[in-house]
Amino acid sequence: MDILASLGDGFAVALTWQNLGLALIGCFLGTIIGALPGLGPANGVAILIPLAFTLGLPATPALILLTSVYFGAMYGGRISSILLNIPGDEPAMMTTLDGYPMTQKGQAGEALALSGVASFVGAFFATWGLVFLAPQLVKVALLFGPAEYFALFTLAFATLGGIAARNQAKAVIAAALGLAIAMVGVDHQTGVPRLTFGEIHLYEGIHFLIAIVGLFAISEVFLFLEHPNGSAPGDAKVKLNRLTAPLSMLKETRGSMARGTVIGFLSGVLPGAGASLGSFVAYTVEKRLKDKEGTFGKGDPRGVAAPEAGNNAAAGGSLVPMLALGVPGSGTTAVMLAMLMALNITPGPLLFTQQPEVVWGLIAALFIGNVMLLLLNVPMVGLFVRVLQVPTKYLLPAVAMISFVGIYGLSGSTFDLLVMIIFGVGGYLLRKLDVPLVPVILGILLGNEMEKNLRRALTISDGDLSILWGSPIAITIWTLAILGFVAPLLVGRLLRPKKDATVAP
Amino acid sequence: MSDRILGGTCLLLSMLYIYFAAQTQVGFISDPMGPKAFPIAVGVVLALGALYTLFKPDPEPLWPRLGRLGEIVFAVVVMVAYTYALPEFGFVVSTSFAAGLLSWRLGAGPVAASIAGVAIAVGIFVIFRLVLKLSLAIGPWGF
Repeated sequence: MDILASLGDGFAVALTWQNLGLALIGCFLGTIIGALPGLGPANGVAILIPLAFTLGLPATPALILLTSVYFGAMYGGRISSILLNIPGDEPAMMTTLDGYPMTQKGQAGEALALSGVASFVGAFFATWGLVFLAPQLVKVALLFGPAEYFALFTLAFATLGGIAARNQAKAVIAAALGLAIAMVGVDHQTGVPRLTFGEIHLYEGIHFLIAIVGLFAISEVFLFLEHPNGSAPGDAKVKLNRLTAPLSMLKETRGSMARGTVIGFLSGVLPGAGASLGSFVAYTVEKRLKDKEGTFGKGDPRGVAAPEAGNNAAAGGSLVPMLALGVPGSGTTAVMLAMLMALNITPGPLLFTQQPEVVWGLIAALFIGNVMLLLLNVPMVGLFVRVLQVPTKYLLPAVAMISFVGIYGLSGSTFDLLVMIIFGVGGYLLRKLDVPLVPVILGILLGNEMEKNLRRALTISDGDLSILWGSPIAITIWTLAILGFVAPLLVGRLLRPKKDATVAP
Repeated sequence: MSDRILGGTCLLLSMLYIYFAAQTQVGFISDPMGPKAFPIAVGVVLALGALYTLFKPDPEPLWPRLGRLGEIVFAVVVMVAYTYALPEFGFVVSTSFAAGLLSWRLGAGPVAASIAGVAIAVGIFVIFRLVLKLSLAIGPWGF
């Protein structure tokens, strides 16, 4: 029962007044970020990282703040899905299918309460999954050498490109662009500058936070400028008659929540899948199993419970590979990795052995955050509904300015701000051209680590390439990588939700 | 057509990238792989992806009309001007203008947009500078 003892230590770390306060602020901000269309969990967390960083918070409190934001955003995404038929973020897309019809039937309050409970169930049990699965994965990961790590990074790109993208070639372009950007700067092993063109600002490389904020947050402003009058969300003049779900409704949907949780967790653990796939598969399976009377899509509570449990469980599940292997499985966990790196924490098996207080403190914070979110979300949902009425024409300039503040705070340099704007324009073009942004981010984040492991492996073998597939573990990972990239070509149409470019990642 | 341009641009980029990566000066002490090989490999991967996109493009994305593209260019100009204005005029003044202009182009009326700009600038200044003590650009007037 080491695990439970470690978890107990984690609670000891997390249960201070300061940390509880930060978790509360994080949950609150996160729910707002998730609820607002145009601000998803990925770019919400991205904007807040530089801020948390420049505030000089120590690692554990900063982590607690930002993970609370992440989970809060997962909860918040459903609010505008249900009330306005506009998903607040990508994973919440499936919730519109039955959530909005429930609103039209006058059951908005019930739908919100039910989805709040379903989110809690999904996230809560997924955190338990994380508690038990991550240490097992760490045991395997401790056997990894540089060659296996190189294969593992390739696996992350392959599955991400295979599952998340509609066009594999574009995922390849995206990953290569990210890796190419990561190479800029002084080479860590030989100390020679690479691709810097003599520009002194480039010697340290391009900071990943600048790239992330530019690609996600600034490009969002440009996307909204395409539509005249900023396509403000319609007035949310929905009467909330009651803010609780009847017990019978909860009872009726408990099977859906359980199935959604399991499916969501599993698809979250798969690298490359993430929360969007979790909610999509959870809804699809639920519909196949239970849609006997054709009520799905017309406001069936089970169609709200399943995807909401699914996307929150997937959010927890995707933390497993991120924490245990250091390889994020989705856009938001890639941003979480960025956050860890900004705090000088390298996730992976060594994190569990060397800094267990960070890992378990974080996991304990997830439990606390979830309880807080349930308490915040069910009774206070009316408040969040009011926040939704802030029109984009005032919201987006504020978001853009906060992005500038965060990046300016990192270094105080005009050059960095210009680089961020360039990334914003690039991100806009890539999004229009349907090139996924997540592999770009992943490339920037993992590029140096990937190269370092490859070079280490080749130093060990003195240049012999066969070391890369020299162990059974490495061969297994390579096989998975190839499968992960190729399989979606064959069965992908079934797995992929239709994407809407205007929905925030 | 857009995808062919994307493919062509990326192909060109990959060529330049490989060329510049190959120019990297290598010292006489180096590991077996050296600092050049990985960037070159990345360039090759980029070229492969670009070639595929060049020859098998996706359907055309929905580009905004020219006027709307102008809005985006305008927003970029505002942001670039903003970064240069920050050290000259300080945070509050620059941000009021930048946020106001963006909010105006996103559809707010001129009066509402100016109020919004000032409110956003002052709000951020109060929260981040006065409460959270973050470093913001300080202009000649100290705010």
